[in-house]
Amino acid sequence: MPLELLAPATEDESLREGLWTLNFGPQHPATHTTLRLVLKLDGELVLDAEPDIGFLHSGFEKLAEVLDFNQYVTIVDRMNYISPMANEIAWHHAVEKLIGIELTPRSKYLRTIFAELMRIHDHLLCVGTCILDLGGATAFLYFFNERERIYEICERASGQRFHTSYTRVGGLLYDVTEDWIRMVSEFINRFEQTYNDVNHLVLKNRIFVERTEGVGVLSKDDAISGGATGPVARASGVVRDLRRDEPYLVYDELDFDVICSNGGDCFSRFQVRMLEMVESIKIIRQALEKLPSGPIFAEGTGKESLPNKKEVYQSIEGLIHHFETIMPNRQMPVPLESMYAATESPNGELGYYLVSDGSFKSYRARTRPPSLVHFALFPQMIRGCMLSDVVAVLGSLNIIAAELDR
Amino acid sequence: MANEDIAWVARYESILESVRFTTSTFRDQHRIIVASGDLLSTLGLLKSQAGMDMLIDITAVDWLEREGAVDRFEVVYCLLNTETSERLVVLTYLNEPDLKLPTATGLWKAADWLEREVYDMFGIIFEGHPNFKRLLLPEGFASFPLRKDYPVQGRGERHNFPVITRAKS
Repeated sequence: MPLELLAPATEDESLREGLWTLNFGPQHPATHTTLRLVLKLDGELVLDAEPDIGFLHSGFEKLAEVLDFNQYVTIVDRMNYISPMANEIAWHHAVEKLIGIELTPRSKYLRTIFAELMRIHDHLLCVGTCILDLGGATAFLYFFNERERIYEICERASGQRFHTSYTRVGGLLYDVTEDWIRMVSEFINRFEQTYNDVNHLVLKNRIFVERTEGVGVLSKDDAISGGATGPVARASGVVRDLRRDEPYLVYDELDFDVICSNGGDCFSRFQVRMLEMVESIKIIRQALEKLPSGPIFAEGTGKESLPNKKEVYQSIEGLIHHFETIMPNRQMPVPLESMYAATESPNGELGYYLVSDGSFKSYRARTRPPSLVHFALFPQMIRGCMLSDVVAVLGSLNIIAAELDR
Repeated sequence: MANEDIAWVARYESILESVRFTTSTFRDQHRIIVASGDLLSTLGLLKSQAGMDMLIDITAVDWLEREGAVDRFEVVYCLLNTETSERLVVLTYLNEPDLKLPTATGLWKAADWLEREVYDMFGIIFEGHPNFKRLLLPEGFASFPLRKDYPVQGRGERHNFPVITRAKS
């Protein structure tokens, strides 16, 4: 539990006795990724924390200036690799908004289903690993079992478990099969059972509740001023969800609740994440029922009528036809403009600020990563907590260093 | 210009009475373009009068390779009104050697790291920032990599780092 500071920080802290500095990370099992915290401690009480980031900086935004809109999807995959397809959907949402493409209904529904699967994917890992850090391995293993099912669903649709690179400008790489639909419905049917099993291990686990309740409190004003979005903001009482407030894909046609809490502490953030998974299951169930048939590529993308593969590989005419539709010089024109577009990713608002130079790649593609904005809030949340609370607060923010540093 | 756009411009003209600004609109995105000297007062008015209580993002664009571009750097502020979900983009332009802007950390706490990242990548200095240093790249790194005159393959990264031998470490 956070304690009142015993004495206000004196002007010259180095003169106080018993103060010490602890390096947390860059390699530490509880950071899960590569980030460093310099903690200033009074005994076990955290007086201040200074994050030191950039260990995984790999120039993704510079690469966006040389790769085209379809190629860069392989890079956005690697930002928040806990929910890769959520990044892809956010990226192509921004690109399509810039170019002005309206997706086909089937494409929209499929992307919605994947976006919600990714939300479950992300929340499972966030809650699961934090419980692991706080000393409970059981729920973690249950959760990873379910994540494995989602990997299989991704693999069936795209051929890749992890870095799916599944979306394309104006559509999707492949259409899904009946088999895939069966897999998703099996997943949502058995998920409720697992969720009920694990819910007792998480939200009703006395040790977990005592380790997280009242720890790392973020007030509503601080959340708004600090730019917090997604579950972090909703746990602090900011009633905001892009899926409801600025609907994209087909969220305006589906019925779901926005989960909020007033607590602002770690426990509220886990509670919001757990309950959001139930809402996601609700959304997937409705979307599967309504899933329309039809093409997956939008009109005018040049890919709406790709010749079938048998023709391409076995006749020269088919190959020429394929070549003519796929080559970069056949790609659609892009307006000379700039555009900010965001989606509600599992972690918060994931936006892209795109500047076009008229060609099929961006002149500048800025990622607005939720992890970066949330991690900046970390020092103010941890002040006055105990050293052992660091992992709880860090886990509840779900900091993904690859997205943090890009 | 559509009717709603005219109403939109009129609304912001009344809010930003004391500031000279121009506007532009692309799809549903409205932009306000101000001089760098007026930036802080504009942001302050937008926060207090237009309810832009959340700073979503600060970023910059280097216009070096754009034909016909007049100014070198464009600094972009993405604002959001959390009550009405209204979004606004504020743009300002900077040219070398005067790459200085006032900090917005007094208005929004989120500006802290976002401004440090813009400095890190573009070398734009935010005056009055409480903890102004590089965010992602190491201290002592000499270049600003997202500028267009910085090559994609990089330059000087390896020999910039001190070599630590096993004996010294």
